[in-house]
Amino acid sequence: MSAPRDLIEALESLEAGTLTASELVDDALGRIEAHDGEIGALLALDAEGARERARTIDEKRKSGETLGRLAGIPFTLKDNFVTKGLPTTAASKMLEGYRAPFSATLAEKLEAEGAILLGKANLDEFAMGSSTERSAAHPTRNPWDRSRVPGGSSGGSAAAVAAGYGYFSVGSDTGGSLRQPAAFCGLNTLKPTVGVFSRYGLIQLAPSLDQPGPLTRSVRDLQLLTEVMRGHDPLDSWSSKRELAPARDIQGLRVGILKPALERVEHEPIRDAHDAVLETLRAHGAEIVEIEIPHANIALPTYHAIVAAECSSGMARYDGVRYGKRVSKDELFEMMEATRAQGFGEEVKRRILFGAYLLMEENVERFVQGARRARTLIRRDFDAAFERCDLFVTPTTATPAFELDNRGDDPLAMYLSDYFTLPASLAGMPAVSTPMGVDADGLPLGIQLVGAPFTEATLLRVAAAIEEKHGILDRLPALNGGIG
Amino acid sequence: MTRYEPVIGLEVHAQLLTETKLFCGCSVAYGAEPNTQLCPTCLGLPGSVPRLNRRAVELAIRVGLALGCEIHRDTAFSRKHYFYPDLASNYQNSQFEPPVIGRGELCIEVDGVERRIGITRAHLEEDAAKNIHGAGGGLYTVVDYNRGGQPLLEIVSEPDLRSAEEAELYLRKLREILIFAGVNDGNLEEGSFRCDANVSIRPVGQEKFGTRVELKNINSFRFVRRAIEFEIARQEAVLASGGALVQETRTWNENVGQTISMREKESAQDYRYFESPELPRIEIDDEMIERARAQLPELPDAIRARFIEELGLTPYDAGVLTSHPGIARYFDAVASGMKADAKLGKRIANFIQSEVLRDTQIAGLDAKFPVTPEALIELLSMVEARTINLNLAKQVFHEMVASGKSAAAIVEEKGLGGGVDEAALEAEVLKVIEKNPSQVEQYRGGKAAVFGFFVGQVMRATRGQADPQLVQALLRKHLDG
Repeated sequence: MSAPRDLIEALESLEAGTLTASELVDDALGRIEAHDGEIGALLALDAEGARERARTIDEKRKSGETLGRLAGIPFTLKDNFVTKGLPTTAASKMLEGYRAPFSATLAEKLEAEGAILLGKANLDEFAMGSSTERSAAHPTRNPWDRSRVPGGSSGGSAAAVAAGYGYFSVGSDTGGSLRQPAAFCGLNTLKPTVGVFSRYGLIQLAPSLDQPGPLTRSVRDLQLLTEVMRGHDPLDSWSSKRELAPARDIQGLRVGILKPALERVEHEPIRDAHDAVLETLRAHGAEIVEIEIPHANIALPTYHAIVAAECSSGMARYDGVRYGKRVSKDELFEMMEATRAQGFGEEVKRRILFGAYLLMEENVERFVQGARRARTLIRRDFDAAFERCDLFVTPTTATPAFELDNRGDDPLAMYLSDYFTLPASLAGMPAVSTPMGVDADGLPLGIQLVGAPFTEATLLRVAAAIEEKHGILDRLPALNGGIG
Repeated sequence: MTRYEPVIGLEVHAQLLTETKLFCGCSVAYGAEPNTQLCPTCLGLPGSVPRLNRRAVELAIRVGLALGCEIHRDTAFSRKHYFYPDLASNYQNSQFEPPVIGRGELCIEVDGVERRIGITRAHLEEDAAKNIHGAGGGLYTVVDYNRGGQPLLEIVSEPDLRSAEEAELYLRKLREILIFAGVNDGNLEEGSFRCDANVSIRPVGQEKFGTRVELKNINSFRFVRRAIEFEIARQEAVLASGGALVQETRTWNENVGQTISMREKESAQDYRYFESPELPRIEIDDEMIERARAQLPELPDAIRARFIEELGLTPYDAGVLTSHPGIARYFDAVASGMKADAKLGKRIANFIQSEVLRDTQIAGLDAKFPVTPEALIELLSMVEARTINLNLAKQVFHEMVASGKSAAAIVEEKGLGGGVDEAALEAEVLKVIEKNPSQVEQYRGGKAAVFGFFVGQVMRATRGQADPQLVQALLRKHLDG
């Protein structure tokens, strides 16, 4: 079988009858068997179930039944989305052996469209991290270079797509957890405006920031998945009924750039690639304007205060009483303490303690309310910026994928890797990351496009133009049999 | 010796009469099998998302209007954190500052004098689950999460109450308003209306409050009064013997008739309140307030005033007929159906109190009456038209209850209709006087009690159908004349 290059091509082959869902699934399972021992992208695999669903879809297609928009496409799901059929652990010992009694809305929606869930993808424990090294199970390696991380926290999802374990994965982004792994693994992703994709069934890290999104090989795949995944969900309080704004022409579009932020980038190939993208956009008739996000310098502490406060509160439910891990003790509070002490990893404990400290009566006004006010200032900066431009671009990350164990001992360095992605999360703006070539070592680089609320379609159109010139799909490990 | 003054404030947790829980679609019906009214959301399972039941907000606004409170247009839910298995997420979605309902007041009458008791606030929150201790032969505590997530309105009074009696009156009044407003069923035993009391004492004339004790587990009006009375006496005794009071939580133990210390206040527990990051803010606009106002039924004070002024009731009768909203509605339906004025209103009230209420069953907000208002209107209209008299009406009423037949059918069947016209009655009266000369002698000789004998004879002769007042008038005319 000649493997389709992206999801759309796979769908065309399925429809043309040159390929079956069973072949797609077998191909993905073959890659998983061959490579995942080393890459470690997955936490749970449902080979039999996937094969069976593929057979069913092939039969339906043969008998001429109407099929869903993703019929026969294998995919993976970050393991912080709950699924009835497969274990859900959020890569934490705390949820070892946990079987959720319900499935995330997005999982149901995708399966209803005929997509075939292969398994659950690795992540930093409860999505707390930027390298997928903080998974309680095992780290994930980058298929482009196995000595490097795939990014995080959606690193298992990104590695799975890059390695060809299916054609897309759904992950989540709190401060960059989709965009940074997309950049590190040469993929495309969208962190949508709040409410575009349902969050029902996404295990919360920080609900005021968490957003689900797909990781894909091509921009057109991302466009299709955005269309399939969006829509109002009555089970999610923040789900929006609003339609996305229609895509605008690049001709005449005002594209902002952040000069001072760019100066922080030390990796020269990233600055060069960024400038090359601007040239491409100019050639399409876009006007490049300089903009400012004056409060971007306080985004990092603001983000960490909000995440810590929300996560400290949200993680309180894991206590051994109702589900998940329990360390037996004679007395209730001893049991809870022992369960939490043994169930949570270092980073989770660090954030719980940090958050609990911020939420203390004497601190909450200064730190938590203070962070909320700072967030409002950042949002206003964005509103002002979008008076001057229609969208703006930044490198997605300041460096390409770094080596494993490189930053593990320095949480602050790890936190800094989200520098470019945090502000859009705090402001609740949609953001796309798409590849912009590779550096001298052949490591993929990503560019981020940030727009005003509900302008996803325009961001995707601009991303397609960038892909046309700077895309690296043909270099993707998935398309180069010898992965990594 | 120092004289002390009690200072009491009450916190009431009233379960709002919604169909479903505050943040999910699970039923709130009482008495279901344990752990059958659950979903991922009210169990706080990973991946679940709470969504606000707007009905609870509407009912909260209604309470705010009923108590004349400020209504805050933009408030939020806050998480109150503490680790305990009765909270599925180890935090409770509640409200901190500001609450949805702000200041207001409630009037009570103490020994004929009106007292205005301040309401500090009322806020929405989810109920905790129910811990059942001593399961498995005393080894375990088990948890029933059915109650977890049910909508509560916590109504907090100012420390304006000065006696156990005032506290009881305040509670009764508050409960009555909530019941009439249709937001709560006022059931203390089933725990849909729960009360905690903060009690302290201070020397008369002193401004500063004394050390406060929180009383819990007072689940009847009688207990409220006894618990507070006991507590006031206990605190006075401690101070009188030179002791000092400690800030603590005590519970009322009915078996020993005492309050018992549960726990001393730890160095101020920090609940780490913060605004829920996953629930949208509660935004209330004019339209919601106007809709709630339109849905707010007439409240008991207004109903009683109307019953007294327009329908001729005594304050006592008005009290009886507003002891339950169903009874008030029933009386209103009959009175308006008969276009009653003050005189007729009083007669209807008498009949309902003496006959109807004897067979009325009350359960929560439901009242089951022996006959419909329409059936009673038919019966009482016959009395007004003098088709039958009141005594017969009572017999017909009991027949209606027993057989389910209409008043008209019973009157027809038994040939009671038509009554007795005045000429025929006068003939009967003369006949009775003629037949009983010795009694006439006695009566005219000054033995007034014999008059009753004559009334009885005439009533018997007319098979009870005669109008007793007319009988008396005719007898007087012929005996006295």
